[in-house]
Amino acid sequence: MNDNTQNVLSMQNVVMQFGGVRAIDNLSLDVNKGEIVALIGPNGAGKTTAFNCITGIYTPTSGMVSFNGKNLKGNSPDEITRLGIARTFQNIRLFSNLTVFDNVLIAKHLRAKDNVFTATLRLNHAEEKRMREETAQLLKEQGLYELKDEIASSLPYGLQRHLEIARALATQPELLLLDEPAAGMNPQETQELTDFIVKIRDQYKLSIFMIEHHMDLVMQISERIYVLNFGKLIAQGTPDEIQSNPEVIEAYLGGSEDA
Amino acid sequence: MGPNRMINKEKRRNCICTLILIAAVLGICGFLEANKYSYSYAISIIERSMVYAVVAVSMNLVNGFTGLFSLGQAGFMALGAYVTAIFTIPVSQRASVYYISGINPVIAGIQLPIIVALILGGLVAAGVAALIGFPVLRLKSDYLAIATLGFAEIIRACIAAPQFDTITNGSYGLKSIPGFTNIFQPLALSVICIGLMVLLINSSYGRMFKAVREDEIAAEAMGINLFKTKELSFVISSFFAGVSGGMLAMFMRSIDSKTFQVALTYDILLIVVIGGIGSVTGSVIGAFIVTAGREILRFFDEPLMLGGVQVPLFRPGFRMVIFSILLMIVVLFYRKGLMGTNEFSWNGIFDFFKHPFKKKSKKMEGKA
Repeated sequence: MNDNTQNVLSMQNVVMQFGGVRAIDNLSLDVNKGEIVALIGPNGAGKTTAFNCITGIYTPTSGMVSFNGKNLKGNSPDEITRLGIARTFQNIRLFSNLTVFDNVLIAKHLRAKDNVFTATLRLNHAEEKRMREETAQLLKEQGLYELKDEIASSLPYGLQRHLEIARALATQPELLLLDEPAAGMNPQETQELTDFIVKIRDQYKLSIFMIEHHMDLVMQISERIYVLNFGKLIAQGTPDEIQSNPEVIEAYLGGSEDA
Repeated sequence: MGPNRMINKEKRRNCICTLILIAAVLGICGFLEANKYSYSYAISIIERSMVYAVVAVSMNLVNGFTGLFSLGQAGFMALGAYVTAIFTIPVSQRASVYYISGINPVIAGIQLPIIVALILGGLVAAGVAALIGFPVLRLKSDYLAIATLGFAEIIRACIAAPQFDTITNGSYGLKSIPGFTNIFQPLALSVICIGLMVLLINSSYGRMFKAVREDEIAAEAMGINLFKTKELSFVISSFFAGVSGGMLAMFMRSIDSKTFQVALTYDILLIVVIGGIGSVTGSVIGAFIVTAGREILRFFDEPLMLGGVQVPLFRPGFRMVIFSILLMIVVLFYRKGLMGTNEFSWNGIFDFFKHPFKKKSKKMEGKA
């Protein structure tokens, strides 16, 4: 860790074992403030498992995950979101039968100061008003305001991805984890997403850690890349270093798995 | 200007319609109350429907809005009913109620006002639900259903147990429970209970319940504590189930543990499913349809003579066959219940009459 960069996320020697399978084997990595970092690797390499270890869905068998210097061990997923880590999912997980507005509004409740009595009896109008205003503001910034009354599942695929990111932003995160944000997108949509990720990083002062298979996207915007294969870190470095790394090429092209 | 004026016009129309509806309900109730001796049968159907509406909405809160398949309603109703009954039976009549094993001296002299007893019944049900919630809410879907069903039976068995004879009067049940003195009492109680649940459902907490229903993992990722949210929904639902149990005790005026068998839970589930899982108005409408339907179909139980020949099917029990067939038809053709997840709205009604053949009007989709 340099003196002039602030370390946001750090994984140290993380092992995640399921029975006899080591899904993640001794993984160490860092994400610094304001960085866009990518985690790549063939299918089944353990990338999403790494995300699940960070967000508290799994508790690592050993090793440490820390966020802004705080050890995350023992924190449940909702507590970790509260601390400032938001995520999206590989297969979109929206609240499908609710409106676009409600999807984002639900995320806003995280920082609400009310309880079930004041909320039910409408004793705390200011809080509800604040949540609604912030939601409207965020939807306007994201260009989704016109769609606010649409049911989430009725949106086209690309917009569902966009809404999922907007919903993650509504939790006011410092670190955003994107799990294959470009999955299922065509080259033009991928290009738009690339610009979009850089834009939200700057606009909301985020650090972004993403899993992605689209190499165009990864190579364009990542400052650093980690490569995972069979749960082990096989390379790390800048996009240029990764592209010329023989082990990475081997993992992607020479191995028995299809990337 | 144009669309704004349209909306204002619609608002005024809806307001007028709502006032007319309220006036109609009060008018009908007033009429029935004024002629209560000639309409006692109708009054009893309506009162029972009101009680069932409260418990159906409470079940919908857990099953329809939070997505927890819980079947413990009858158990919580039993708790509410017994607490209400024990504390409202007039002290002077207790000796004749507990004539077999006597009454526990601790409760012998305590008589509470009906409202206090109802709330106490709700609180006892909620407290028990809070305890049960710790183990069972970690389960999902069918497993949760079986566990809650089991706990409801345990509650019922405890009530009937001879060890509690001096409190619950065991298998002899309780009688001489002061009933409703007029139809406006159950009306007011059920309006208040359902109103509170509607406010909850439309509050930020209600949105959290729906988030848990839609996707637990995403809800957690949005900072929602799954267990706390489920527990909250379960406890609040049980509170209102307890209150409705107390109302049922007042309606029936005598209860015993058999009243609260699993069959009662199935009745409530039936109402919720017929009305639409995730629709409050659906549950209310369902409560009236199911309760009234059972009674109206009674003529199928009477022997029927057609041209001097007795139609063989018409005999006691045939009513339930017809009733079951009707239910199957409803479930087959309205797969999501009569209301689906929609709520009643005047706009929905008027749109329906304007375009009766359009499958789904946009305004009906408004509130999920």
